[in-house]
Amino acid sequence: MIEIKNLVKHYGQVVAVNDISFKVKEGEILGFLGPNGAGKSTTMNIVTGYLPSTSGTVEVDGYDILTHPEEVKKRIGYLPEQPPLYKDMTVTEYLNFVSDLKKAPKNKKKSELSDIMELVGLTDHRKRLIDNLSKGYRQRVGLAQALIGNPKVLILDEPTVGLDPKQIVEIRRVIKGLATDRTIILSTHILPEVSMICERVVIINKGQIAAEDTPDRLSSNLSKMSKLNLTVKGDKDKVLKTLGNIPNVKYVTMTTKAEDLVYKYVLETKNSSDIREEIFFKMAENKMPILEIKPSAATLEDIFISVVSNTGITQTEEE
Amino acid sequence: MSAVAKKEIAGYFKSPIAYVLIGVYLLIMSIYFHPALKAGYGDFVDVLDDVGIFLIFIIPILTMRILAEDKKNGTEVLLLTSPTSLPKIVIGKFLATFTVFLVIVGISFVYPFIVVIFEGVITTQLVGAYVGFILLGAAFCSVGVFCSSLTENQIIAAIISLVIMFSMWIADQYAATVGGLLGGIMEWMSVLSRYGVFTQGLLSLENIIFFLSFTALMLYMTIRVIERRRWIQG
Repeated sequence: MIEIKNLVKHYGQVVAVNDISFKVKEGEILGFLGPNGAGKSTTMNIVTGYLPSTSGTVEVDGYDILTHPEEVKKRIGYLPEQPPLYKDMTVTEYLNFVSDLKKAPKNKKKSELSDIMELVGLTDHRKRLIDNLSKGYRQRVGLAQALIGNPKVLILDEPTVGLDPKQIVEIRRVIKGLATDRTIILSTHILPEVSMICERVVIINKGQIAAEDTPDRLSSNLSKMSKLNLTVKGDKDKVLKTLGNIPNVKYVTMTTKAEDLVYKYVLETKNSSDIREEIFFKMAENKMPILEIKPSAATLEDIFISVVSNTGITQTEEE
Repeated sequence: MSAVAKKEIAGYFKSPIAYVLIGVYLLIMSIYFHPALKAGYGDFVDVLDDVGIFLIFIIPILTMRILAEDKKNGTEVLLLTSPTSLPKIVIGKFLATFTVFLVIVGISFVYPFIVVIFEGVITTQLVGAYVGFILLGAAFCSVGVFCSSLTENQIIAAIISLVIMFSMWIADQYAATVGGLLGGIMEWMSVLSRYGVFTQGLLSLENIIFFLSFTALMLYMTIRVIERRRWIQG
């Protein structure tokens, strides 16, 4: 449905997007992650036709954004980071205008708009000036705007920013519901959101793709590195030394003090070997009772940080 | 009518801006019309001739927000990612400003009507003056739209358009002094002398084409400016 090939974008001397390629299949929800300034919004702005790329191609439904911009734009609903709202209009006036602008069928306009307002929960606010709406409701108007014209592709730049927890849950449900017959690219900073909604994740960093997989597989890959959380009673220097001497331990650090003489440690093993038994016997030998031992499942935060910092390290090494 | 034009016209008349500008301009017209009426010769052609210069102050205020505001509020993204093409958007914006100007023209028909009531006549000269006035308004609106595309600051947009319009107005006074090719260009660009031809009742084809093509050129340049910014902006 969406095919991005070798996308490059320069802003003067600055390279914002450096040779990105990925595909999004029809009906898929793709999570687009990256730290601030990684090139997420730039990529989205290029895919939607707001900004032209320096080189590389973007195809939506077989149409190239540069040669057939109108065909592409017809198929895309876009919610930019800052919702593009006219604050001097009421919700209904605004959505009416967007509907005309997007050349949505006029005969179905009324029912389409009321369906969309119902879906995003704006029906009670339809007569209010956008200027008087809270940030969460403005975000909903932005989302409603993107849905007008029933586009096949939705590109949502941080859709749940500024919403309260209840609204976030609602909007996520809405997005998930929309995905049945649409292709969605969703950028976000909220990582649990990605594991909740997205089927696939693309992580970009410094304008390049750092990782691309399903959230589950990304986290299981990382879990193989086996991080262990330990709580051990005993003098912390001795414990650190003993743990450090066990073969296959990559590193061990003390994280917090739990009680007197009881400390928590994080330990990472080399080549993902399971060394829990070895640790148990070694510590027992040294009369350092283990109060707790638990493998830590990699969360998306871990993945994100490891992926983003790894590419950072390799890049500085190359330099 | 295009969605953009409809929205902008509604926007003008929902806020006080259109009413204030129309009101102020009609007041200026009345101030010029009053002595003529009192003296009993009630000729509206002279009034149109005199009030043309005030468009230099009214139109920049009318047009300053038309594109600058979209850029500032981020609504430009909505317009540029919609299937409506950029030329249509720019023309829609222009038509909205021009429509407000046409409302002024429409209401100002009251003055010649008063003249007729007091047994004056509508002359061909007046028809010519009106054609000139409308073309002048179109050209100035296009200058305003163009200037609004240059910046996201409305005040700066207004000042730039005021300066451009004012230079166009006074160009021919200095054309002779400057002389040469530049003087020739200044004379050609002078709207005052061209407008003057209309208020004498002469519908010269050359002047009509000048105003129409000038307007088209300004709108074309507006499109180019926005396109260019898309390519270079950060």
